[in-house]
Amino acid sequence: MSDIQASSSAEFQRDQELDRLESVVRDILGQARSKGCSDAEVTAHTSQGLSVTVRMGDVDVLEHTRDSGVDVTVYRGRNKGHANCADLSEKSIRECVDRAIDIARFTQEDPCNGLAARELMASDFPDLDLWHPVSLDAEAAIRRAKVIEAAGREDSGITNSEGASVSGGLGLAVYGNSHGFIGRSSGTRYSQNCVLIGGKGDAMQRDYSYDSRRSLDDLEAPEITGQEAAQRTLRRLNARKLGTAQMPVLFAPDVARSLVGHLVAAVSGSALYRNSSFLKGSAGTQLFPEWVNIMEKPRLPRGQGSGNFDADGVATRDRTLVEDGVLTGYVLGEYSARRLGLQTTANSGGVRNVFLSPGGDGFENPLAAVDRALLVTEVMGQGVKLVTGDYSRGAAGFIVENGELAYPVEEVTIAANLRDMFAGMQLAGADIDTRGNIQAGSILIERMMVAGQ
Amino acid sequence: MSQALERAEIELLAPGGLGHDDLHRVLNHLMGPAVDAGDLYFQTVQHESWVLEDGLVRTGTHSQEQGVGIRAISGDKTGLAYTDEIVLPSLLQASSAARAIASDGKQGKVQAWSRQEPKALYLPDDPMAVLGAADKVDLLRQIDTYARSLDPRVSEVVVSLAATHETILVAATDGTLAADVRPLVRLNVSVIAEHEGRREQGSDGCGGRFTYTELVQRETWQAVADDAVRQALTNLDADDAPAGTMTVVLGPGWPGVLLHEAVGHGLEGDFNRKGVSAYSGRIGEKVAADCVTVVDDGTIERRRGSLSVDDEGTPTSQTVLIENGILRGYMQDKLNASLMNTRATGNGRRESFAHLPMPRMTNTFMLPGSHDPQEIIGSVDKGLYAVNFAGGSVDITSGRFVFSASEAYLIENGKITRPVRGATLIGNGPDVMNRVTMVGNDLKLDAGMGVCGKEGQSVPVGVGQPTLKIEGLTVGGTRN
Repeated sequence: MSDIQASSSAEFQRDQELDRLESVVRDILGQARSKGCSDAEVTAHTSQGLSVTVRMGDVDVLEHTRDSGVDVTVYRGRNKGHANCADLSEKSIRECVDRAIDIARFTQEDPCNGLAARELMASDFPDLDLWHPVSLDAEAAIRRAKVIEAAGREDSGITNSEGASVSGGLGLAVYGNSHGFIGRSSGTRYSQNCVLIGGKGDAMQRDYSYDSRRSLDDLEAPEITGQEAAQRTLRRLNARKLGTAQMPVLFAPDVARSLVGHLVAAVSGSALYRNSSFLKGSAGTQLFPEWVNIMEKPRLPRGQGSGNFDADGVATRDRTLVEDGVLTGYVLGEYSARRLGLQTTANSGGVRNVFLSPGGDGFENPLAAVDRALLVTEVMGQGVKLVTGDYSRGAAGFIVENGELAYPVEEVTIAANLRDMFAGMQLAGADIDTRGNIQAGSILIERMMVAGQ
Repeated sequence: MSQALERAEIELLAPGGLGHDDLHRVLNHLMGPAVDAGDLYFQTVQHESWVLEDGLVRTGTHSQEQGVGIRAISGDKTGLAYTDEIVLPSLLQASSAARAIASDGKQGKVQAWSRQEPKALYLPDDPMAVLGAADKVDLLRQIDTYARSLDPRVSEVVVSLAATHETILVAATDGTLAADVRPLVRLNVSVIAEHEGRREQGSDGCGGRFTYTELVQRETWQAVADDAVRQALTNLDADDAPAGTMTVVLGPGWPGVLLHEAVGHGLEGDFNRKGVSAYSGRIGEKVAADCVTVVDDGTIERRRGSLSVDDEGTPTSQTVLIENGILRGYMQDKLNASLMNTRATGNGRRESFAHLPMPRMTNTFMLPGSHDPQEIIGSVDKGLYAVNFAGGSVDITSGRFVFSASEAYLIENGKITRPVRGATLIGNGPDVMNRVTMVGNDLKLDAGMGVCGKEGQSVPVGVGQPTLKIEGLTVGGTRN
């Protein structure tokens, strides 16, 4: 029912399916106009996929997914209403439009409401190489997941498993608005992961590994995911606790990424116009050391977050968010830009492919750059307050001495203020984790409060 | 026939011309060779939200979703497929996909209906229909005006009002035929207070399985706004939290999120069936101090975490998890209960028809002890008093948990002295539960705003506890 189709037929179906979504979008825009809306914008989307989990060598779960729906925003002058529904039937869509219009009757006039200017709409649509359908049926996915888990369980130190999963799926969407703009997007995504357990009783530890790509061919070999999960799990066994002290903290690439994520969240429009960000008014100021550069490349071929236009239909383009340590601007969609009296940065719906460039002393080999530090490989909890920049989270990882992992640690918290952490960055490693929408290598922070027993 | 069942059949089955015979036909189709059991989960959900920000109700949203999730179980394997078209051909097609996992089960038989008609824990009324749109907008504006009037340092106010109305029907091969009509409302107030260049946030909320009628009561929304403003103002005066190991007193109510993290998740049946929880295989063992008794109770009327029947059609119950420090039981759904040779406890929950059910908490709380809360605080020379939390998370395998205090104070010589900010509590569930030394007589459940996430699925839950004293908990802060 929802196997990912072989490429030739999927190609044909893709265009047909996009045509269908486009006609839904045009129909809704027409309904909105005829019902007296001054403007409207609509997204119609559909996706399907397959996910399998294998545990202890046998199939655990097989899930077929198939979703579709529309998302409608209507304007009556400066009054806005929004509704969505999770199917594409005529009746549901008609009700959805009526609901949105009903809501717009009662919301208050907001001078910032409205579509982005017509001339900002995307006008070129290069192929971003996001569409790689292959025939991944349940059998093939199960075989792959079995290989992953078996590779992970090969080591006798692995005592249990939460399983290995493989999933693949495709998604299509059409966005249109009453400027007459219509934008199509489509993409495939494949991922695999493995979660393993080492040790017994009170000494149990677990860890995982995963990969996620646009093309099945780009996924790392299944054995690697399994072996990596095993290695990550085993190295955590016999973790110690630490005393309380200030020390340098090295964030491993997959965790370092979250620090860039906090920056993005703090310079995003809604946090700024709600006065809930510690970085309000920071554009043009030096937040990082001079070697720090952060770029956004929204049209990167095969990129996890790639797209030709944002959620307002505005054309995306490359930009530098942090240049030589200076925050160059904010992350804004049309609405938040108007609230702040600024121009949109084509970020309605978020950022697309953000990169922290390697730099700082010793970036080629971050581990070797520290004498003694806490290497953080996992953070837990919600202790990030963007309104003040206070950062206080649970962490697990390793003490690094003379460039080597000395011993694992757990049950510590790490705390500082994000502003000081950004200013105190010592290096951004070349060991970039390429699996996500935000990509970074290891980040070394000069000093944080590490609290333990 | 129960009112819920009758209503669910009208809403979910009748539009597609489906009757009981058709449900049997689909279940029979699902029970192919080697399929042991299966179920159909019909669901329709309406959701709305209204948000006021910077003095204006700028937008509102309405969502509508419906569909059927079809699950086949073969041994310990599970297959799921779903469709948003509630008509016979789509149901048959989805059952074929769901049963494809079957290989080594025994072919089960579809049993005759045995209707579940448990006591309804809430009224089936549409929670959003009781108030006109203009009145909703007006309510938000009143709350905004009130919150701003409380203190001149209040600079931003965000108020949101949300409601969900859900009807579900479960038909299973074991004969289960059950339905539920579930209202859920929630009000949240978040404020920012500013003073001398410093900004701090405070937020509070309330809700439950009732209608907006309850939230419109002036004393209800005023209490929420009062609390949000108080928190923000308190944090304006707060010093950085100390770091290190110390005695921690947790206030009653919402701090029960500690139990949810430190105990609750580790006692969900799936983790224990797989042997991956720090509590696996420890039934009957001492896992907490003698004064600790923890239950999960889905049967409390009108609570956010309550359900008349769970998402597998099992009536909810009160499950004793830990009794006087001894581990008594796990929370179970049908699959894990059957694989562990025990009874389903009414904890089988799913986010929607497009997700698989699994063991989840309902309302999880610690029963009261004998101490007066003032006596507990008075017994601490130097420590932390934490009364509000931004939330937490847990690694159920090692038992490690973390949670972040959004409102906390220092205790010095038996008295609450100064507010502190940025305190993060970290520990190991089984270890920390053994360090509980005093339990208050002031059990309180939270105000009805908890959301629990597990394996990508979110469900509403409740937490609660009396005032608690824990010795030697690690507090992360920035000050030595």
